Amino acid sequence: MMYRAVARHAAKLVSVLALVSVTTFLLLETIPGDRLASVLPEGATPEMRAAAEERFGLNGSLPERFFSWLGSALQGDLGRSMQSQVPVTDSILERLPVTLELATLSILLALLIAIPVGVYSGYRPGGLVDRIATFLCSITLSIPSFLLGVLLVFVFAVTLSALPVTGWTPLSEGLVPHIRSLVLPVVTLAAVETVGFIRLLRNDMVATLQQDFVLSARARGLSTPRILLVHALRPSAFSLLTVMGVSLGRLIGGTVIVETLFSLPGLGTLVITAITGRDFLLVQGIVLVVAVAYVLLNALVDLTYPLLDPRVRTS
Amino acid sequence: MSHSLDKPASVVSEERLPILDPQDGSAPVDELTPPSAEVEPAGRRRRRRDVGAFFGGCWLVTIVLAALFVDLLPLPAPDVVGNLYSLPPFQNAEHILGTDQLGRDQLSRALHGARISLAVAIGATLVAMVIGTAAGLIAGYFRRAFDVVFDLSTNTILAFPPLILLIALVALREPSAVTLAIGLGVVGAPTFARIARANTIAYADREFVIAAKSMGSSSTRILRREILPNVLLPVVSFATVVAATLVVAEGSLSFLGLGVPPPAPSWGGMIAAGRESLYENPALVLVPGVFFFLTVFSLNRVGDWARGRVGRESSL
Amino acid sequence: MTVNGKDIDAVTQVLQQDTETPTLAVTDLRVWFDTPRGMVRAVDGVTLDVAPGRTLGIVGESGSGKSVLSRAVMNILAPSAVVRSGSRIEFEGRDTATLGREEARKLWGARMAMVFQDPMTSLTPVLTIGAQLTETLRRHLPMSRSEALDRAEELLEWVGIPEPRKRLKQYPHNLSGGMRQRVVIALALACSPRLLIADEPTTALDVTVQHQILALLERLQREQGMAMVLITHDLGVVAGRSDEIAVMYAGRVVEQAPTKVLFREMRHPYTRALVGSIPRISDPSHTRLRAIPGRPPTVVDPPPGCAFAARCPHARPRCLAETPVLTTDGTTGDRHRHACFFPVGTPAGDDAWTTNLDEGRTAAGLPVDSRSVL
Repeated sequence: MMYRAVARHAAKLVSVLALVSVTTFLLLETIPGDRLASVLPEGATPEMRAAAEERFGLNGSLPERFFSWLGSALQGDLGRSMQSQVPVTDSILERLPVTLELATLSILLALLIAIPVGVYSGYRPGGLVDRIATFLCSITLSIPSFLLGVLLVFVFAVTLSALPVTGWTPLSEGLVPHIRSLVLPVVTLAAVETVGFIRLLRNDMVATLQQDFVLSARARGLSTPRILLVHALRPSAFSLLTVMGVSLGRLIGGTVIVETLFSLPGLGTLVITAITGRDFLLVQGIVLVVAVAYVLLNALVDLTYPLLDPRVRTS
Repeated sequence: MSHSLDKPASVVSEERLPILDPQDGSAPVDELTPPSAEVEPAGRRRRRRDVGAFFGGCWLVTIVLAALFVDLLPLPAPDVVGNLYSLPPFQNAEHILGTDQLGRDQLSRALHGARISLAVAIGATLVAMVIGTAAGLIAGYFRRAFDVVFDLSTNTILAFPPLILLIALVALREPSAVTLAIGLGVVGAPTFARIARANTIAYADREFVIAAKSMGSSSTRILRREILPNVLLPVVSFATVVAATLVVAEGSLSFLGLGVPPPAPSWGGMIAAGRESLYENPALVLVPGVFFFLTVFSLNRVGDWARGRVGRESSL
Repeated sequence: MTVNGKDIDAVTQVLQQDTETPTLAVTDLRVWFDTPRGMVRAVDGVTLDVAPGRTLGIVGESGSGKSVLSRAVMNILAPSAVVRSGSRIEFEGRDTATLGREEARKLWGARMAMVFQDPMTSLTPVLTIGAQLTETLRRHLPMSRSEALDRAEELLEWVGIPEPRKRLKQYPHNLSGGMRQRVVIALALACSPRLLIADEPTTALDVTVQHQILALLERLQREQGMAMVLITHDLGVVAGRSDEIAVMYAGRVVEQAPTKVLFREMRHPYTRALVGSIPRISDPSHTRLRAIPGRPPTVVDPPPGCAFAARCPHARPRCLAETPVLTTDGTTGDRHRHACFFPVGTPAGDDAWTTNLDEGRTAAGLPVDSRSVL
């Protein structure tokens, strides 16, 4: 029965979210040392300490604190940054668009490259394109993103001076400068995703092309491009969509390196600033938001897959 | 929320190519179906893999030995500041790979950095393997409640973006090699856990386990003597690949300045520092970069080879 | 236009056609596959023809090359297949190897079409029935989308699918096996082909549905006046429905004849064995199935001699040294040919059999006794 499956998934989703929030909360609880050290001046009086504790929700027993924190969080209030007094939610929302743009563009670029390469490699496995692609993929997987980013900067920004070394130009200052500031970061991020997509597509295509209906389509005299793109690619497109969704979720929390390298004002750099400034509330808020986003995105992907794939849709 | 737990996970690799080996002497080749698309004549493919894995293995052995015995090599200490600043490589016999902005020998720093990176990565891999295998065995053998807990905990760990989780774990304590190793170990455990669980489930149904059960062996005994040895093989075959990921993770952390603190050299830190002089002396980035790349590449290659071997031998 | 259920235009076309030119003429076709174990000779010198409007049945076990033959004719062989020089495939007199792109597009899928064995897997699962039909139609014929949809609906009705308009929007998995095969047939016949190749069209279907589908094919063939090649391992399928039958073994045709002649005067021991292996309702229950001992060979670097020798009750030393060639024996008509040195129903064959019976084994070492003659 469909409903039982949905209920099971929903229960699992809620449990994971609950665990995630508990873990996030406990993560910050187990910090050794005085968490208020950055906030309280030397020689603070007990009253000042009590006030600060109250201010940052650090008074009361563990369960009390957890539920009050959770309660506020569910209402969108993640507290105020210890450093800047700015509400955490606001800081996150301010930085989120940059990260989202980065993640989305990377996935799009990865798709743009992976689809033709993957489809052709699957069509002619063992051929030149396939072998070159496989080789490049294994090389790319062994270059960590920070190294790749630095190398790209070296080639394009430093040597060729074609692109800016670091810095982010917002859209408001012009489309072209905005894009120029995003090229290197997006390429760096897209590299790993591209490899994953290519592998998935290639293997899927090889398997699909061995099936009877492809032979049948050929017997009907349909053109090769049409068979590849309409008949063979479509079944794979669904798993590609799934992977895309998961990648997006992963990237939202995974742009730290690239943002730091290119000085982009996104969630990643916010996290670093928060941590180095020992701003625990901000860290807590970011971790919670990113983890929840990942879980929800995955759940969404799980949910929509059956809706899209006609083979699974009707029963 | 990810899929691999719901689908029957392929017991060795989570993305496994359907490899048909035409030389296994089974049913005659049906001339309607051409030899499977992903197999080139089997001999050629195996040999080509071996070359990469072989050189990878050589590099790994070299770098591990060099890292272990670096103190015995005739190299300046990594923190000795000299007066030959930013020397490019291959120009001075004393500093084969050049020096950094403070005149410190690059080769020496690279090898000492290898120590940290490899020690942390290996340590973390071991931690991950132990935790993961234990969890996987229990969940896969006893199922039910344990499986539910397993599912929830792996999904929870995986829900946190690894880098942020690591940063949070590590930077909120004093970063040391041990903390790093444990933190990375936790992050890497779910991978091993899943493999262990899948294999445990597969093996738990086999005759020899059922036989042991019927003879009254306790569960611990069965797990230890019948299942663990069989599960260990596929788990270990994944070790180098996971190690590669952890080397990258450690490098990323030290790049961000959140790894083992200076003056201990690390590849990630060297690359970060070298960024500033990228134009004048790219070798500052390239030297640690090449070490990094070769190590990760070798780990991946050897890992693929190991997984391929195990896949062929495990007759599941 | 139709008169009395018959498509007048099609019939006229057939009548006006030069009845000398066969719709399909295959001459000395050899298709070899490049495999790690050597060159597999899937089809090793086959010559056949099909006259317009007639049905040729091709019978053989798996591995006999009958499917590879059909794929060679339809030009859908795998990349590792090599069509050896000297092979000729002619459609309505034209050598298919010499066709240009445009002509090729008008031929395969349009004037020559194929129906595959398993309807479960030969339809693209992620496209609607309507999409697949209109796609084929518009590829070969100039049609707009709505024209194609209408024609698609007509086709579905023609093959006997109820509620055709509704079916157009459905996916293959929404239909039963028999319905799916009807759709497959509709797809094949969409552009009114002159030749239909049916490769085991009923093997994957229920017995009750099999009869329906074969009857459907027969009706459609009559209405269209098209030639048909019916490929199967089941002699029973072709017995009542083909004008001529060719029996294939190990990549070669070992016997071919008009159907009645074949059953009345079969000459090749393999044909006899095939016929004999058909279970009959008149047999008492629990009668043992008569199987042919041994397995068909995979044809890589074949030794000289007859490929069937190892399993043939008539095998004599000559059969191991020389390869028999398709010939007529003059008594049963021009169109009956067989490739055997000691054919069934001839003095030579009878002698060979008695000799083997006395020795208890054939020249190839196959033990024989009085039960071996099927």
